[in-house]
Amino acid sequence: MSDSKVKGRVQEPNVRVNNFNEVELGFNDEEAHLEASRCLNCPKPRCMEGCPVKIQIPKFIKAIKDNDLKLAYEIITESSSLPAVCGRVCPQEKQCEKMCVKGLKGDAISIGSLERYVADVAMKNDYASTAKKESNGKKVAIVGAGPAGLTCAGDLAKNGFSVTIYEVLHKAGGVLTYGIPEFRLPKSIVQKEVESLKKLGVEILTDVPVGNAITIPELQDKYDAVFIGSGAGLPKFMGIDGEDANGVFSANEILTRINLMGAYKSLSKTPIKKAKRAYIIGGGNVAMDAVRCLKRLGIETHLMYRRSEEELPARKMEVEHAKEEGIIFDLLTNPVRILTDDNNNVIGMEVVNMILGEAGEDGRRSVSEDESSKHVVDCDMVVMALGTSPNHEALKNSNIVLTERGLISVENSKTSLDNVYAGGDAVTGAATVILAMEAGKKAANEIINALL
Amino acid sequence: MYKVLYNNKISSNSFEMAIEAPLVIEKAIPGQFVIVMSHEDSERIPLTIYDYDKEKGILYLIYQVVGGSTLELSYVKNELFSVAGPLGNPNEICANINEFKNKRIVYVAGGVGVAPVYPQVKYLKEHGIEVDVIYGARNIDLLLIRDKIEKVAKNMYYVTDDGSFGEKGFVTTVLEKRINDYDICVAIGPVIMMKSVCELTKKYNLQTIVSMNPLMVDGSGMCGACRCEVDGKPKFACIHGPEFDGHKVNFDLALKRMNIYHKEEMDKLFEMEKRLHKEEY
Ligand SMILES: Cc1cc2nc3c(=O)[nH]c(=O)nc-3n(C[C@H](O)[C@H](O)[C@H](O)COP(=O)(O)OP(=O)(O)OC[C@H]3O[C@@H](n4cnc5c(N)ncnc54)[C@H](O)[C@@H]3O)c2cc1C
Ligand code: FES
Repeated sequence: MSDSKVKGRVQEPNVRVNNFNEVELGFNDEEAHLEASRCLNCPKPRCMEGCPVKIQIPKFIKAIKDNDLKLAYEIITESSSLPAVCGRVCPQEKQCEKMCVKGLKGDAISIGSLERYVADVAMKNDYASTAKKESNGKKVAIVGAGPAGLTCAGDLAKNGFSVTIYEVLHKAGGVLTYGIPEFRLPKSIVQKEVESLKKLGVEILTDVPVGNAITIPELQDKYDAVFIGSGAGLPKFMGIDGEDANGVFSANEILTRINLMGAYKSLSKTPIKKAKRAYIIGGGNVAMDAVRCLKRLGIETHLMYRRSEEELPARKMEVEHAKEEGIIFDLLTNPVRILTDDNNNVIGMEVVNMILGEAGEDGRRSVSEDESSKHVVDCDMVVMALGTSPNHEALKNSNIVLTERGLISVENSKTSLDNVYAGGDAVTGAATVILAMEAGKKAANEIINALL
Repeated sequence: MYKVLYNNKISSNSFEMAIEAPLVIEKAIPGQFVIVMSHEDSERIPLTIYDYDKEKGILYLIYQVVGGSTLELSYVKNELFSVAGPLGNPNEICANINEFKNKRIVYVAGGVGVAPVYPQVKYLKEHGIEVDVIYGARNIDLLLIRDKIEKVAKNMYYVTDDGSFGEKGFVTTVLEKRINDYDICVAIGPVIMMKSVCELTKKYNLQTIVSMNPLMVDGSGMCGACRCEVDGKPKFACIHGPEFDGHKVNFDLALKRMNIYHKEEMDKLFEMEKRLHKEEY
């Protein structure tokens, strides 16, 4: 059995930097079969320990080997509601694939790619079950149509609840729609997930800002239970000089303009700044997505991160893809201030080199500035991808209890308010799709137990 | 999709639109705004709520054609793709009527700024507070909804740059003459007007509320496009505003930030005018 994984086909870097089509093309039947055959089907599967939702990984891989893709799909969907999404965006190298014994000597099994393969086949052949139990007469309101809200809605609808989702944007999907770019997660996949919810009878009301158009207490009156999945919140800025210049954006703004509003398409009316050289500050998935989007618009793009490559929090695959695409990595460097002309346009940035220190209690290595290294770089765009701070708009008039960090406080998915549950980034702070999905599932279970 | 009842031209460059949007206005209070999209590929345009009929579920908007997206909006006939709202915070006075019962209040509106001013003046009148309104524009053609605002204002003062209607001069000329008559001023209009009003009222120590209209995308606090500097700190106009203490707003920065997409906007406008003239949709 081979120690090397089957390499999935990708769009060539020099081609894909000129389009927004999906980078990874996914396994075909033969490739999937070959990769599945590498799995040892361990009796005590370590991979499952690494999976936040405990998918029966060896079992579904065996089903692929046995050419029973329907079964493979059923096994995955016992634990995961969004396999086509998670197969594409989960940080597998930190989860299931990290634990795979094959990885000790050679490559781990490409579990994520296999999951995606099964999910794609299932979508093409409509394997998804739209079976649902008879109506139980109970009504649930969901705030936010991101992965947490969508998953909670799906599980409840299947169990006979009447479910209404309230979403402030004009499209459902949350980060899957406005944040993660088309070339990593095609929007048609997200829309399919949304469509299948509608088939289950879930009502999705877009354009509704909860907190203003309707408040949580009002939802409590109208519904038997409420689930809040309103996401991570406001983009953070550094607080340095020049940050209010024309040409400084949050990564969320850049990504929303491009992904939600389609600013890269000729028909779209939403503008995006035509810069020459852009610096994206940060090292997570958000930074990586922003830098790769801007690259595709023909901008010279730099990723500036204050630690080293090893500490980059982004998915490893995205870092590799970004490098292949010609993104310039300026590591161990941090902005000091942004320089502007008289019209407040960005013309450059003063930056400083950073020195890595010892790992602190949280396991992250400390960093300090090398004062003597300050220098100026030319640029006309700076994009901040520094994380988020909580947004309490949805919670207006509700007295809901928050944690010290300002996140919604929950115990077993339950908030301090009667029949109000919460999950996803609104509870954890910016995290991952799979964790948000799991939180939606758990809350749905709690709601079922409480109401039936 | 939202049903559009009408979308009529009311001056050389302004339109009034009536839209069926019951959920949007059910709880709206003057000072709040909506974000509309003409079509699926349109830009999201923030517009302050101008009027509403809660019983019939109708939202009224007034907008000026200033770029490609408002030009496109002016061509909308039967349906709007999206209307999100109400967004932002209500006007402080409208939201806390009792605290302001004995205050002498003046509203200053500039140009299309009369659209957000009107519902506040009307609301206050309905709740027992009568206020004066100073309304200025470049010329008589740009003074909108005169009959409506006159019906709800206590005293109405018009002023035009060219003297074609009312007094000749600027809103500040009129305001300064009566400035000692008031305890609070609310100024809504072009940034440059709000800036001049605030410079004046600061001198006289007259508390002034302004409504900021920066670029926006989501309008829900997610993108930060709407950053304004208030009291030296960045604020997101869509969720922290849109109204702020005018004496603390950095107007010079706001003016400069309005030009972020100037070039891109001009390119698009040019393209669209070509296309719209061809299609007339
Ligand atoms: C650019 C980017 C890339 C990412 N890449 C990855 C990745 O590769 N892998 C991974 O696992 N994770 C990734 N993440 C993280 C992941 O997307 C999030 O953890 C996940 O989407 C959180 O799901 P959620 O349902 O809690 O919130 P969200 O997806 O944020 O959804 C919240 C929804 O609530 C709506 N909402 C907010 N306020 C209101 C209100 N007042 N009224 C009504 N609706 C409201 C929002 O509009 C939104 O639609 C990425 C995040 C970003 C931003
Ligand atoms: S418009 Fe996006 S945060 Fe205000």
